[in-house]
Order: sequence, then C-alpha cells, then structure tokens
Amino acid sequence: MTDVNSRISDLVISNDVVLFMKGTPLFPQCGFSSRAVAILDHVGVAYESVDVLQDMEIRQAIKSFSDWPTIPQLYVKGEFVGGSDIMMEMFEAGELQQLMDQKGVVKAG
Amino acid sequence: MPMTAAAIEAAILTALPGATVELTDLAGDNDHWAATVAAPQFAGLTRVAQHKLVYAALGGRMGGELHALQVTTVVPN
Repeated sequence: MTDVNSRISDLVISNDVVLFMKGTPLFPQCGFSSRAVAILDHVGVAYESVDVLQDMEIRQAIKSFSDWPTIPQLYVKGEFVGGSDIMMEMFEAGELQQLMDQKGVVKAG
Repeated sequence: MPMTAAAIEAAILTALPGATVELTDLAGDNDHWAATVAAPQFAGLTRVAQHKLVYAALGGRMGGELHALQVTTVVPN
C-alpha cells in the first residue's frame, strides 16, 4: 500500500465519520460538499472533515481508494457510504440516521 | 466542453439498455445537470453499485468534463 493510501485508511479507521470534501464545513467550496455538510449537521453526528483542496495527494488518491469519481465522499466506521446524492437519498428515506444508530456513531456535542 | 443532455442520455442508454433517463438543467447553463435514471439493471444492487453503473456509462467523464451531475437511481417496478 502506498503512503497516501495508508493515510486515507488511517483517517477512515480512526474516525467514526469522515467527510472528504472541498473546503471546510464552515466554508465549503462546492455546492455538493455544502450539501453533504448540511446533511451531516441535520443528522447531528460528530464528524471529521478532510479538505481535499488542501491536499492534492488525497484529492487524487481518494478516487481510486473508494473507486468513486467525485467529491464529497462519506465514510462511516471505515466503510464508504457514497457521495452527496446517495447521502441525500438516504437522508430523505431516514436511512442515514438509521445507519449512524446501527453503527453506534456518537451524536455531535 | 460540457456534455450536452443528448450526449449524457445517449451514453447512459448505450450502457444500460432499457433504462429511462430524465435530465434537468439545474442552473440553466447546460452544465449543471440532475439525472434520474431508472434501469432494470439496478435491481438487487446497493445505491453505491447503482451509481457506479451510471458513472461507468459516462466513461470517466464524471468528475472531469461533467463536474455537476446529480444522480438519482430508481429500480423500475
């Protein structure tokens, strides 16, 4: 495994919820990332975010790591959940909240 | 160059015969699209796998030429 892949896998293993995004939760730099942040805020879980615009290595590598072509990307307990469209579909169906409960993810303080 | 609606639809239909594709121009600029794709091939697949079929149909243009495509997948009844 290359260094960047082990950095990514450390990130998704050591944090319950990780959002790879463009920008930060306070200042998202893309509409899709902004939507992903809004969904996680609604679900009310604590999460780690990774700004891929500040890390070109991760920005490229995350696409092959997840086999997914776009950003944002959501990981829960080390598993790839999807991008912002899937997050929205799951949120609207109540499935994202369910997933967080099932996986025992801690609520935001 | 952004992909046209016709090109997006044609690429999806070629890869997923029997699918129906509904495209909405989100910003009126011919560049930000929402696609609802209903395809029998989606049956039994996870959402991630369904979306991957759509991305594969677009042959690597997703995330590049096609920055803004919102995808919703549906399994037809």
